Amino acid sequence: MIKIDIIKRVGGRFGNFELKVNTAFHSNSITQIAGPSGIGKTTLLKILAGLILPDAGTITIDDTVWFDKEKKFSKKVQERHIGFVFQDYALFPNMTVKAHLKYGTDDLVYIDYLLELGEMAHLENRFPKQLSGGQQQRLAILRALSTKPKLLLLDEPFTALDAELKLRFINKLMCLLAEQKTTVIFVSHHDNEFGEYRGYVLHKYML
Amino acid sequence: MDMEPIWLSIKLAIITTIFLLFIGIPIAYWLSRKQNIIKLIIEGFITMPLVLPPSVLGFYLLLAFSPKNGFGIWLHRNFDLQLVFSFKGLVIASIIYSLPFMISPVKAAFSHLPQSMSQASYVMGKSKIQTFFYVLLPNIKPSILTAAVLTFAHTLGEFGVVLMIGGNIPGETRVASVAIYDAVETMDYSSANSYALILFAITFVIVIGVFVLNRNAVKSPFE
Repeated sequence: MIKIDIIKRVGGRFGNFELKVNTAFHSNSITQIAGPSGIGKTTLLKILAGLILPDAGTITIDDTVWFDKEKKFSKKVQERHIGFVFQDYALFPNMTVKAHLKYGTDDLVYIDYLLELGEMAHLENRFPKQLSGGQQQRLAILRALSTKPKLLLLDEPFTALDAELKLRFINKLMCLLAEQKTTVIFVSHHDNEFGEYRGYVLHKYML
Repeated sequence: MDMEPIWLSIKLAIITTIFLLFIGIPIAYWLSRKQNIIKLIIEGFITMPLVLPPSVLGFYLLLAFSPKNGFGIWLHRNFDLQLVFSFKGLVIASIIYSLPFMISPVKAAFSHLPQSMSQASYVMGKSKIQTFFYVLLPNIKPSILTAAVLTFAHTLGEFGVVLMIGGNIPGETRVASVAIYDAVETMDYSSANSYALILFAITFVIVIGVFVLNRNAVKSPFE
C-alpha cells in the first residue's frame, strides 16, 4: 500500500496552483491517474519518484517512510527501486538500445528477454536517433523494467504505439509485471489501456 | 628563422588546454546546475577575461605574482615558485585568460541536456558521479571538443597577458605572438611575416577543423 498525503505548490505553463493529494494506491496492482491537462499528474508521478519534493506531507510504502516533511526526511531517488518512464522518454543519445538495458542490469538473459518482449532484438545496436517514435517509447519502457523495479511509474507510456502493436506489447508486459509483482501507477487519458490481467486489478484515481 | 617561439606557443597552448579540461568541465557542470547569487558572481569573474583588455588582466596578475607582494612572497616561500617572467607563470595566466573559452560552451551544453536525462539515470539507481561520466559527459562530447580547440587557439593567440607577466625571454616566455611584436620592433619584417603566417595557418586549420567536426557530430534527438 502506497499512502500519500502531500501538498505541493506548482507553478508552470498552466499558472500557479496547489496540488493536494491524499490517497492510497494498492500494491501489486495497476492504478491509472487521470484528469485534465495541467492538473498535476506528471508532478504527482515525480513526487512519488522523489524527483520533486512536496512542500508538506508524508509518503509511506508498506510502512517504509519515503518522505516526511516534518522530519525533513526524503528517501533518495536512487534508493527507491523504481522504474520511471518519462513523457519525453529521456533516452541516452550516446547509448545503443542494448547499452540502455545494460545500464540497468548485468543479466544478459534478462536483457535478451526484454528485447524480445519489446520486439527490438533486431534493433539492439541502434542509437535512439535511429529509432522511430514508437521504438523509442518501447525502449524507454524496457529500460525502466531493466532494474526490476518494485514500483513502476509511467507517464503517458503508449501514446506513440499503433493499436495492434500496443495490444501485443501490453499483453507481454502484463505477464512480466504479474510475474515480478510490480506495482504500477500510470498517467493516461485513455481508459482501459492495461485492461485486467491475472488478478491484477485496475484502479483509477481522478486528480 | 628561430622556430622556438612557435614551439613554445604550441607547448603553452597544449598544457593550458589540458589543465583547463580538468578544471573547466567540473566548474561548467557546477555552474549549469541551479543558479544562485554566488554562482552568478563567480561566473561574472570567469567571464571577465572575455571583455577586459588583456593588459588589465596581465597587470593584476603581475601584481599578484610579484615577489614583492604578499601572494608572490607566499608562493616563493612555500613552493619556491617564481611566477613572473617564467613559463609556469604563463601557464597560470593562460589558464585564467582562457577560462571563459572552456567554460561557456561546456556550461551551455550541460544546460541544454534535458533534465529528465539525468533523472532517468538517478531513477535507475545511479549516483551523480556515475550519471556524470556515463550519461552527461558522453552526450556533450562535441561541445567539449569545440571548447578545447577554442581554448587552444585562443591561448596560441594571446599577447597582452603574456607580454605583461612573461616578458620576452627566449625559450622561456618568448612565444610566437611576442616574437612577432619583437621582430617588428627591430624592423625584421621577414621573421615577423613567417611567424604571422605560421600562426595564421595553424589557427585557420583549427577553426576549419572545428567546423568539420561539429557538422558530423552526433546531435541529441531532442534538438
